[in-house]
Amino acid sequence: MRTASTTRTGTRGLVAIAAISALGLAACSGGGGGPQTGGASKLTNDKIVIGLLNDQSGVYKDLSGPNSAVAIQMAIDDYKAKHGDQAVAKTVEIVQADHQNKADVANSKAQEMYDRQNADLILDVPNSAAALAVATQAKAKKKLYINIGAGTTALTGAQCNKYTFHWAYDTAVLAKGTAGTIVGEGGKTWNIVYPDYAFGQDMNKSFSAEVKTAGGTVGQSIATPFPSDNFATFITKAGDGSPQVVGTMHAGGDLINFVKQYNQSELKGKSELAVGLMFITDIHSLGVDQFAGTQFTDAWYWNFDEQNRAWADKFTAKTQTRPSFAHAANYSAALNYLEAVQAAGTDDADTIVKSLEGKKINDFFLRNGEVRAADHNVTHDVYLAKVKTKDQVKEAWDYEEITKTVPAAQAYAAPDGSCKLS
Amino acid sequence: MGSFVQYTVQGLAAGGFYALAALGLAVIFGVLGVVNFSHGACYMLGAVGAAVLLDTTNLGFWPALLIVPLVLFVFGVLMERLLVRWLLQLDPLYNFLLTFGLTLLLVDLVKRRYGVSGLPYELPAGLEGNVTIGGLSLSAYQIFACLFSLAVCLLVWAVLTKTRVGMIVRAATEDSERTRALGINVTRWVTPVFGFGIALAGLAGVLAAPFRAITADMGSNFVIILFAVVVIGGLGSILGAVVGGFLVGLVEAYGQAYAPSFAQVVIFVLMAVVVLVRPAGLFGRAEVA
Repeated sequence: MRTASTTRTGTRGLVAIAAISALGLAACSGGGGGPQTGGASKLTNDKIVIGLLNDQSGVYKDLSGPNSAVAIQMAIDDYKAKHGDQAVAKTVEIVQADHQNKADVANSKAQEMYDRQNADLILDVPNSAAALAVATQAKAKKKLYINIGAGTTALTGAQCNKYTFHWAYDTAVLAKGTAGTIVGEGGKTWNIVYPDYAFGQDMNKSFSAEVKTAGGTVGQSIATPFPSDNFATFITKAGDGSPQVVGTMHAGGDLINFVKQYNQSELKGKSELAVGLMFITDIHSLGVDQFAGTQFTDAWYWNFDEQNRAWADKFTAKTQTRPSFAHAANYSAALNYLEAVQAAGTDDADTIVKSLEGKKINDFFLRNGEVRAADHNVTHDVYLAKVKTKDQVKEAWDYEEITKTVPAAQAYAAPDGSCKLS
Repeated sequence: MGSFVQYTVQGLAAGGFYALAALGLAVIFGVLGVVNFSHGACYMLGAVGAAVLLDTTNLGFWPALLIVPLVLFVFGVLMERLLVRWLLQLDPLYNFLLTFGLTLLLVDLVKRRYGVSGLPYELPAGLEGNVTIGGLSLSAYQIFACLFSLAVCLLVWAVLTKTRVGMIVRAATEDSERTRALGINVTRWVTPVFGFGIALAGLAGVLAAPFRAITADMGSNFVIILFAVVVIGGLGSILGAVVGGFLVGLVEAYGQAYAPSFAQVVIFVLMAVVVLVRPAGLFGRAEVA
């Protein structure tokens, strides 16, 4: 018995060695006889590599995740279709990794992408802690990072750097849009409930400040453990002093728990519910009725106009689902990066950074967009949305009514001077 | 003072639900001696099952309350027959690892099929809104969930302690050799008990669907609280699960009210204190622990 199994292991070992040797040989010959472009290309490795680093298995998978790779591929296809033979980047590859919402994993994956997979650019990275880790790597490796998914203002504030851009939204924008508007409409007294970690604390700070600036008051800010299933008593506490508005800063599953239990509580109908950060996938998973009437700030909505819808239709044809703003932003960032490479004729990071700084962009995602040179925050028009009621919904994913376009200049505050690009 | 009473009532309401959710864990441990780590995943399957049933066949909450636990009973029977049984003679750690592995498998399968951001589910008709008594306000559904849970706990306790079936099951697990010698087919009883424990997890899941986020991960954190419930109450004790459920519900409500950032920590502080003072839990027997 033992002899037989030893022999089997031996055979298997041999096969493995043979396979590895074969792979090694293939790699050698591939490296030696690969395509030669005769030195005309100014691209490192003769190609562009875009790294997509995000949550591919956890709570943020649906709002960005693997479907963002589809969006980036659409950008690559559109770039190639536009430039044809004239394209500087003839080969563009996407490499993907799952950061599992852990900053340390994001850190090592970013390192691997920049160093070993020769990524010229890393995109997305939802989760603020993970995004800050990737920004640090971008600075150290002098390679580009365009953040889409993370909301922290630190990326364009105290922890900003020359190679990091912030494309879609941040917590300050959400606060300005949502809190500013609701206070303006008369919702002056607030209680805020937030999850007790970096993102929640940042949101609480931004919203509290914005409510006060707009002329309202925040009675109390209540921190909740993260993650949490049972919010019953927190909700009762949030009703203390009968505020006009209860603001929840939760995200993902916690947000759904909170809203379900809020809707069953005595507060429903007494205080207006404001949601700090909401993705269309949240409305989809909870059902439109539970959120009906809730106001929030959206960076982009697929059914806003013909231009958005046209892109969304192409996306849906490939994924069978409607895009979130993160999907659209990944497309926009990838395409604008490729166009910058096209214009510069090189993928040299410093050259690309210079060409992007101060650039005014108008595409289907960035309306009146500008890559701010001072802090690399990409400002653009954002939207105040109201969740439709069930009978207003005309088709699948038709959940939002855009009540107001917030012009870029109003949505984004001027840089506060804490960012020193270097 | 008014709000203190309100928090207490909320804690009790949550506690009733915790008791039911932990009951299956207690039954399986009490009868088979298996620490079923997949209890959270089965709870999740219950909630997901209710949502899928609604989506595909339009069967709502009330039919789901019956159908989903039945399906999970079959699942539990298969799980015991095909997997758990083979490890029963070994160190309990083996079954703990087996059920832990199963949890990972089930959660990822649900993620693959239904995504991560959750499934919609609404309140059953007639249980919307609030009940206000003397300035105290509670959601009608929360009261229903609590009372329903207590009724199920009582029923299970009665069956296990007051009926012949319960006696056989308890005898079979106390001393399976001697019970066999008395002409009783022990294995015939053990398998359905395991299935029943899994069905209870599914029942709790269906009950959770209207007021919790239905996601693949919903059981992953919840099962930790349930372990606290059964450890406080005493592993394997049904009364322990009920008392532990109420204690945890109350401690959590007071924590949320008076020390929000520590709302979950206080549960585990309570658990640590109980284990220090009574290692077998409040109602556990020393030999079980």
